[in-house]
Amino acid sequence: MKYITYLSVGIFFGIVMYKSEAASWFRIYEMFQFGSFHMYGIIGSALLLGTIGVQAIKRHHIKTFGKREIRLSPKQKSIPRYLIGGIIFGLGWALTGACPGPMFVLAGAGFYPVIVVILGALLGTFTYGVLKNKLPH
Amino acid sequence: MSWIYDPWPWYVSGPLIALVMFVLLLTGKQFGMSSNLRTLCSIGGAGRVSGFFKFDWKKQGWNLLVVLGAVIGGFLASRYMSDNTVKINPDLAGQLSREYHIESAGKAYLPAELFSTEQLDDPFTIGLLLLGGFLVGFGSRYAGGCTSGHAISGLSNLQVPSLIAVIGFFIGGLVMVHILYPLIFG
Repeated sequence: MKYITYLSVGIFFGIVMYKSEAASWFRIYEMFQFGSFHMYGIIGSALLLGTIGVQAIKRHHIKTFGKREIRLSPKQKSIPRYLIGGIIFGLGWALTGACPGPMFVLAGAGFYPVIVVILGALLGTFTYGVLKNKLPH
Repeated sequence: MSWIYDPWPWYVSGPLIALVMFVLLLTGKQFGMSSNLRTLCSIGGAGRVSGFFKFDWKKQGWNLLVVLGAVIGGFLASRYMSDNTVKINPDLAGQLSREYHIESAGKAYLPAELFSTEQLDDPFTIGLLLLGGFLVGFGSRYAGGCTSGHAISGLSNLQVPSLIAVIGFFIGGLVMVHILYPLIFG
């Protein structure tokens, strides 16, 4: 049952990413050129509803389906790791037009060169893991 | 039926993304895609090289199912629900063609100049895709999250670190598109 739930959420997410065109390189390029409201509208409306919902969860102590506490783990306080990491991520996002969700959606859609992007992302993740203790956090 | 084939507008798509986040929260999980890359490294044996990859990845199995679903969703949407073209701002489509010889805006979902199967024969394109992917993977793990984990989950929870990360995403994206694109594609 749990397996079906997560697989279904993923299928739904994949369809939304593709149909919203948030998985399209063209839309990411357009966003960084400030050429359309589309991507800002997607992120903004998701964020608005997300913020209202998360505040409601906290205020009313809404539980999971399994009646457990919903945990929202706070992020560690720091500036360099988020700023430097974020800039590096942004460079890659704008070059490939794909972030870690959409790259899998696009592989499913049959754009085989995206598999090179996924391999690069795995290599990048691996390299971070190796260098982690030498980087400012 | 045209609503299936037409692109979904932002005011439909954005709330549906929020819905994905809430369904995951209500099952006790947090929406975040880039952590799957770490899990995949661990499964591949990266724990032998770095302690960062030594964790109980089986607990992340649910997220791998989400990823598997996303692959299936991409297949279904592209096959049965889309004419696979993306119509962006016509001024930008013209600019892409004029300045970067990217001619497929409005005709394809991704630029054929980067993502058509023939490009697998071009070492320059392969290098760009590999480098871009590397930056995405390295940057998202360094920043502790990507668009889903920071821009949606983190900001929804009013986390200052996520705001810093999202500002970083935009600095990087703007530098790439406005400063580096003319050097790479010009």
